[in-house]
Amino acid sequence: MTHFTSLHWIDYAVMLVYFAFVLGIGVALKRYVRTGTDFFLSGRSLPAWVTGLAFISANLGAQEVIGMGASGAKYGIATCHFYWLGAIPAMVFVGVLMMPFYYGSRARSVPEYLKLRFDEKTRGFNAISFATMTVFSSGISLYAMGKLLNLLVGWSFDTSILIAGGIVLFYTFMGGLGGAIYNEVLQFFLIVFGFAPLAFLGLRDVGGWSGLKERLTWVAGANGFGDGAYTHTWAYMGHASQNPVGVEWFGLVMGLGFVLSFGYWCTDFLVVQRAMAANSMSAARRTPLIAAFPKMLMPFIVILPGMLALVVGPALRAPGNLAAAPAAAPSLTADGRRLTAPDASQASNAGNTAVEAMVRTPAQAPMIERSRGIIPPKIDPATGEPLRDGRGRLVLDYDLATPMMLVHFFPAGLLGLGLTALLASFMSGMAGNVTAFNTVWTYDIYQSYIRPGQPDHHYLQMGRIATVAGVAISLAAAYVAASFNNIMDMLQLVFAFVNAPLFATFALGMFWKRATGHGAFTGLLSGTLAAAVHHGLTLPIGAHVGIKGGYFGVIQTFPSELGQTFWTAIVAFTTCFLVSIVVSLLTKPRPDEDMKGLVYSLTPIQKDSGEPWHRRPAALGAVVLLAALALNLIFW
Amino acid sequence: MRLDIRWPIGLMFSALGALLAVYGGATVHRPGATSGGIPINLSWGLVMLAFGLVMLAGATGNKKKEG
Repeated sequence: MTHFTSLHWIDYAVMLVYFAFVLGIGVALKRYVRTGTDFFLSGRSLPAWVTGLAFISANLGAQEVIGMGASGAKYGIATCHFYWLGAIPAMVFVGVLMMPFYYGSRARSVPEYLKLRFDEKTRGFNAISFATMTVFSSGISLYAMGKLLNLLVGWSFDTSILIAGGIVLFYTFMGGLGGAIYNEVLQFFLIVFGFAPLAFLGLRDVGGWSGLKERLTWVAGANGFGDGAYTHTWAYMGHASQNPVGVEWFGLVMGLGFVLSFGYWCTDFLVVQRAMAANSMSAARRTPLIAAFPKMLMPFIVILPGMLALVVGPALRAPGNLAAAPAAAPSLTADGRRLTAPDASQASNAGNTAVEAMVRTPAQAPMIERSRGIIPPKIDPATGEPLRDGRGRLVLDYDLATPMMLVHFFPAGLLGLGLTALLASFMSGMAGNVTAFNTVWTYDIYQSYIRPGQPDHHYLQMGRIATVAGVAISLAAAYVAASFNNIMDMLQLVFAFVNAPLFATFALGMFWKRATGHGAFTGLLSGTLAAAVHHGLTLPIGAHVGIKGGYFGVIQTFPSELGQTFWTAIVAFTTCFLVSIVVSLLTKPRPDEDMKGLVYSLTPIQKDSGEPWHRRPAALGAVVLLAALALNLIFW
Repeated sequence: MRLDIRWPIGLMFSALGALLAVYGGATVHRPGATSGGIPINLSWGLVMLAFGLVMLAGATGNKKKEG
C-alpha cells in the first residue's frame, strides 16, 4: 500500500524523546501509589492548574484533534459551536454549581454520586453504560490512530495500536490516575506546540484570514451555500439548508448547546474525575473554569487547520506553479466541477516540497487530483475507487484534513513533532478513558456487585487488572470502529444515547429534592430508549439505513448526521426529564436528612468572598462566559 | 504536589526544542528544510526551548521556596 510521506531519523528522535518522558512519568509516580485513593483519585492531591489542564487534555483525544479538524473542513467555522456554545457554558455550570456536590459528597465516581443521591439501580445503569461507552471511545481513538499512521507513514495498523496501547497501559498501570493526569498535562503542551505552527503556516499560505475567507467563499458557492457559510458561526443558522452543519439555530442551541454539552461536561466521569483529583474543594471548582480558557482558544489550533485543508495546496494553485504536473491540474469540486485559483498571486510556494513528495508516485497523483484542497477522497476498499454519495459527489475523507496539513506544511523534524502531538492526543484520550473505566469498573461494578467488603489493597489490585482489561477491550473495539465517515459524528451519537438523558437525571437530582430513585431510573431508561427509537425512525439525507438510523422505518430525514444527532439528544433529554418528574411525583421521596450535601437546597452554599476574584468560581465563571460571548460575536 | 510537573515538562521541551533547533540550524540550507521560506525547525525549536527553560525555572524556584 502506498502512503503519503516517510519519516527521517529526526522525526523518530522526537518521538523517542516523548516516549521516554511518558514512560518515565509512570515509573516516577509508581512509588506514590499505595492505596486505592492514590490509584483511582491520585490521592486528591493535585493543584487546580494541573487538574484544569488534565480536564481539557483528557477530552483532547483523537475525536478532538482529528474529528474537529474533519468537522472544520466539513462544516467550516460553525464547528466552533462545539467550543463556544457546546463546551464553555457547561464547563462554567459544572464548576460553579455542580462540583460542590461531586467533590463535597466524597463520592469516588459519578455513578457513586448517583447511588448516594438516588439508589443502587440508578448507579448500576449508569456504571454499565458508562463503562461500555469509555472502552468504545477508546477503541475509536485507537482505530483512528492505527488507520492514520498506516496511511500517512505506512506503519502497520496492528503494530501502531499495540505500541500506543502498550505505552498507555504502562503509565496508567504504574501511576494510576496520577500517571494519566501528569501525562495529560505534558500532552496538552505537546499538542499546542505540535499544531500551532500548522495554523500559522496555513494562514500565511492563503494570505491570512481574509485570504481564507475569500477562498472559502468559492467552496461555499460550490456546495450551494451563501458566501460566508463557512466563515460565520451564527449568520447562516436561520435555516438548516443555509449552512453546512445542516441544522437550524434552535436544534443547535438546544441539542448541542444545552443537552449534549451539559450532558457531556457535567456528567461524564472521564472529565469530572480530573476535578475530583484536586487538592481542595476550591481547586475542584476552579478546575473546569481554568480549563475553559485554553478550551475556547483550541479552535484556532484544531479547527482552523481543517478549514485551511479545503483551500491550500495544489487545488488552488495556478497551473504550472507546481513542478509535478499531475498535482498542478485544477482539482474537482465535490460535485465534479473544476475548481480554479481565484487569485494565482496568492498561491505561495509554501509547502510545495511536501506536496511534490506526495505526488511523485504516479499511483498517488489521481488521489490528489480528485480531492478538494489537499483532502483526498475516501477510497472504496473493495474497488480501490473513490467513493461517491447518493448525489454522485465525491465523498472526501475529512478525517485526513489535519494529517494532510501536517504532511503538506511540516518539513522533517517539525513533522515528527506534529505526528508526536497526534500520538499524544490519541494517548491522552485513551488514558482518560482507561482510568475512568478502571475506577467505575472497580468501585461501581466489582465492589458493588461482585466482591463487596474486601480490603483496600484488593481493590487496588483489581484496579490494575481492570486497567489491563480496559486496554485489551479498547484494542478489540478498535477493530470494529470503521463505519463512519467522521468519527466525531459517531461519538456525538453515542453521547446522545447515553449522556443526553443523564443530564436530566443529574439536573433533577441536584436541584430538585423531590426527585426519587425510581423516577431517576425510569427516566434514564426511557430517555435512552427514546434516543434509540428517534434514531431508528430518522435518517440523514443520502445515508443508508443501518448504523446511521432508519432501522425502524424512516419517518423523517435530516440534512446532516449532526442535525439528526442533535434532535436525538433533545428527544432523549426531554423524555428522561418528563418521565423522571412524573414517576418521582408518584413515588415516595427520601427524607431530607439523607440528602444533605447531595441536593442544592439542603447544602450550605460555598462562601468564597474573602478570596481574590481569580480564585472565586463565580467571578472566574463570569469572565469565562464574557470571553466566550466575545468570540461568538467576533465570528458571528 | 508530590512531583512538580514542571520538571518533566521543562526537561522534555528543553530537550525537544534543542533537538529541533540544532537540526534546523544544521539543515537550514537543505532543500525542503523550510516551510514557506521560514526556517521553521530552528525558530520553533528555539520557542520550545525557551518554554522548557521557563518551566524549569519555575520548578527550581518552587523547590527553593519549599526547601
